[in-house]
Amino acid sequence: MSEFIKLFSEYNIPGAFLVNIELTLWAALFSLILGVILVIMRISPVSSLRTVAAGYVEFFQNMPLTIIMVFMVLGVFAQLKLSFSDEFAVNFFWLAVVGLSLYTAAFVCESLRSGINTVPLGQAEAARALGLSFIQSAGGIILPQAFRGSVAPLGNTFIALLKNSTVAAAASVTTESSTLMSEMIEFHANSIVAIFLIFAMGYVILVLPIGALTTYLSNKLAVRR
Amino acid sequence: MSENISNPTVASSPTTARSGAGANIDTNHTLVELSHVEKHFGRLHVLKDINLKVTKGEVLVVVGPSGSGKSTMCRTINRLESIDSGVIRIDGEPLPEEGKDLANLRAEVGMVFQSFNLFANKTILDNVTLAPIKVRHMDRKDAEDLAMDMLTRVGVESQASKMPSQLSGGQQQRVAIARALAMKPKIMLFDEPTSALDPEMVNEVLDVMIELAQEGMTMICVTHEMGFARKAADKIVFMADGRILEENTPDEFFEHPKTQRAHDFLSKILTH
Repeated sequence: MSEFIKLFSEYNIPGAFLVNIELTLWAALFSLILGVILVIMRISPVSSLRTVAAGYVEFFQNMPLTIIMVFMVLGVFAQLKLSFSDEFAVNFFWLAVVGLSLYTAAFVCESLRSGINTVPLGQAEAARALGLSFIQSAGGIILPQAFRGSVAPLGNTFIALLKNSTVAAAASVTTESSTLMSEMIEFHANSIVAIFLIFAMGYVILVLPIGALTTYLSNKLAVRR
Repeated sequence: MSENISNPTVASSPTTARSGAGANIDTNHTLVELSHVEKHFGRLHVLKDINLKVTKGEVLVVVGPSGSGKSTMCRTINRLESIDSGVIRIDGEPLPEEGKDLANLRAEVGMVFQSFNLFANKTILDNVTLAPIKVRHMDRKDAEDLAMDMLTRVGVESQASKMPSQLSGGQQQRVAIARALAMKPKIMLFDEPTSALDPEMVNEVLDVMIELAQEGMTMICVTHEMGFARKAADKIVFMADGRILEENTPDEFFEHPKTQRAHDFLSKILTH
């Protein structure tokens, strides 16, 4: 027990997890926006938009996140000189958010598309038959129902995002949890088991409520037909 | 079929006065015109040289065996199905291919589906007000007044704040009719509106349709309800295998079908 207390007093462990939570929340927000745009493109009547969105999803779903993160740092920042802030840590934080958002948007798009498949074709036909435009029927009828039908897969996508936020270590974000973990192991090699347990429990504590919430919402929001 | 048992006078007596909209027909005003319409689903030739005219105020009932292309024909009229060749004109104008023109045309053509298709994420009132607000740019207040009028007309005004899943099938279908009427359409298309209903709810929907016919609405109804066809139709169109085989008044069609195919069809459905 004293081992745990010592580790907690020596390192800012909750602070490291907080960085992961911040990364996750920002990336969730941006990937949701981008994912909605992608899914609208994927179901749009314009075939070139469908092709672009499908290409994007295929590309990012098949690309390892680590490679995207490394590219954000070495390619986007070092080579293309794109920078969010003069402050080193802030800049890398946002590079990591962008990398995570681009990657997760592909999965958000596919989650929403599975939700769209739960909406009967007749809903769209009725909307068209009344003279609504594609955007009006997508925004007012199809997507609201698709969201409610894709709570569970979206929840899983965001749980994966939280865990993926550790890959931000590849973008050398300040003290994100997995960076801190390597650092702690380096200096306390005799407490490896305790260190592992701390971080494992940390993620369990973060992920369990998200899982419970999505299950609850998934039932509560389900569209009655 | 059931309506013949429940309503024997309609089926058995050819002299029953039709309450159809005969008096309202304006023969000089063609609202819908299909000429040489062809359509394939893959290798299946579903519409073969369809020629049809519907004049203002006319109630046209399309009957025929399953798979004869009746629903497909009905759906081509507001381009829910595209056609391979031929021309469809609504009020003289050829059907636009896509975009805003097509949306505007669809707003003029009311459609009622077999499976109701009420918007599952909206209340009954919002179902009816949605298109008047979004497409006709009406104020919410005016749209709600209009919607309540329409719901009252079909007898479901007390359900306005409920969700579609809380209503019976017959009520849902009447709301679907009210939703289409709120756009003040020039013509109403009914694609087997009673086929998905429990038997005891069929009449409440047919009553609304008959009332509508009497008020002079131009209607194209695909249906298996022969009692309704007799009572409300000005003209019966009989389809089989993607072709229009007969076009006649209800009395003539039911008493003296000209083709063997129609004769077989009628003998199968009217003997029970």
